Amino acid sequence: MSFKTMRIMEVCGTHTMSIFRHGLRSALPKNIKLISGPGCPVCVTSQGEIDLAIKVSEKEGVIIATYGDMVRVPGSNGSLADRRAQGAEVEVVLSAAQCLDLAKDNPDRTVVFLAVGFETTAPATAATVIQAKRDGIDNLSVLCFHKRVPPALELLASTPNCAIDGLLLPGHVAVILGHEPFRFLPEGHGIPSVIAGFSAGEILSALMELLRQIKAKSPALESRYASVVRPDGNRTAMALMDQVFEHTTSNWRGLGPIDGSGLKLSEDYRSMDCLARFDLKAEEAPEPDGCICGRILSGQKEPGDCPLFGRRCTPVTPVGPCMVSGEGTCSAWYRYGRKGEL
Amino acid sequence: MCLAIPHRIVNILDKDRALARAGAVEREIRIDLIDQVQKGDDVLVHAGFAIQKVTKEDGEELTDLWDKIREMAGEF
Ligand code: SF4
Repeated sequence: MSFKTMRIMEVCGTHTMSIFRHGLRSALPKNIKLISGPGCPVCVTSQGEIDLAIKVSEKEGVIIATYGDMVRVPGSNGSLADRRAQGAEVEVVLSAAQCLDLAKDNPDRTVVFLAVGFETTAPATAATVIQAKRDGIDNLSVLCFHKRVPPALELLASTPNCAIDGLLLPGHVAVILGHEPFRFLPEGHGIPSVIAGFSAGEILSALMELLRQIKAKSPALESRYASVVRPDGNRTAMALMDQVFEHTTSNWRGLGPIDGSGLKLSEDYRSMDCLARFDLKAEEAPEPDGCICGRILSGQKEPGDCPLFGRRCTPVTPVGPCMVSGEGTCSAWYRYGRKGEL
Repeated sequence: MCLAIPHRIVNILDKDRALARAGAVEREIRIDLIDQVQKGDDVLVHAGFAIQKVTKEDGEELTDLWDKIREMAGEF
């Protein structure tokens, strides 16, 4: 007897990693197919954005500060790690707040925080920007590539022939946003949607709720991560984001430009905008030759479909960002076996 | 990159900062993204910032989930 195949997208890169680490993919019944979505911030940063960061690193007196994986993502001409080997100052930070000390300790330099991440990470940038302004730290600026998850999901859900039977929604984005911004998925697009935590048990519990909804043909928004996700999210964090950012079009690797899916500094904080400071503009650049990251991020292809996978492209010699980030789908496949069958 | 780890607040340093512990590691975190944090609270920390307080788990029984999932998948 054959059963219907269910395609369930885990949106968040941290879910992808957890699913592989716990061997869930291989242990699940064969007709449950987990596909990885555009939820690794490093992976969805576009080629043009990476190139822009590299251009900024070439400016006189600049220190680039960013989260770890960004340093190794190849742009059209090398990565920030390559730039560092050539003498540029590139610092890895674990928190946006570290940029405040970096700026204070280097008063004659300009510290540029290369800010990536979704709504989980953007509030930390907002709090840092507010403090920099309050403390009169004027040698800190932000190259702001933060992206918003709901508009990307809207795009995926509205794609004709969208073959997603259920969505495991990103738990930590929901910690900030709460339930409401995801409600359009079941209610407008009929896609069962469950906010999930990150332990094996939490993921299984969310999967089970998705199966229940699919079976009952009753799409709804549910949360299986109630220990930290409040229905109305984190209002303090959202208020800080509203104070510091405004929505803008952002270019997602693989999905292209999406209206309102990016965050840029609002008028009151424009003096800290790196693009304004250096009079630069984001330009689009083609993805690396042969790399199909884009189609992987939208769930159309798997890493094994890429001719470069495991050959020219490995975690040591990454061609695309999905192989660089620890949460990238290609990197997860490489580390845990092609189908996660370890 | 959206990894976040529960920490317990050990000490409030000022209105924006606290000392927090996860396992054996104690570190300074920012607490300006959440309201009314107290010593002893469990908080979820992402990129050096507490982003939410952690409440008690629902106590959901997870042990037999695998069987249930297999069973449900087979029902289609
Ligand atoms: S294997 Fe490498 S080149 Fe191929 S899609 Fe993944 S990151 Fe791109």
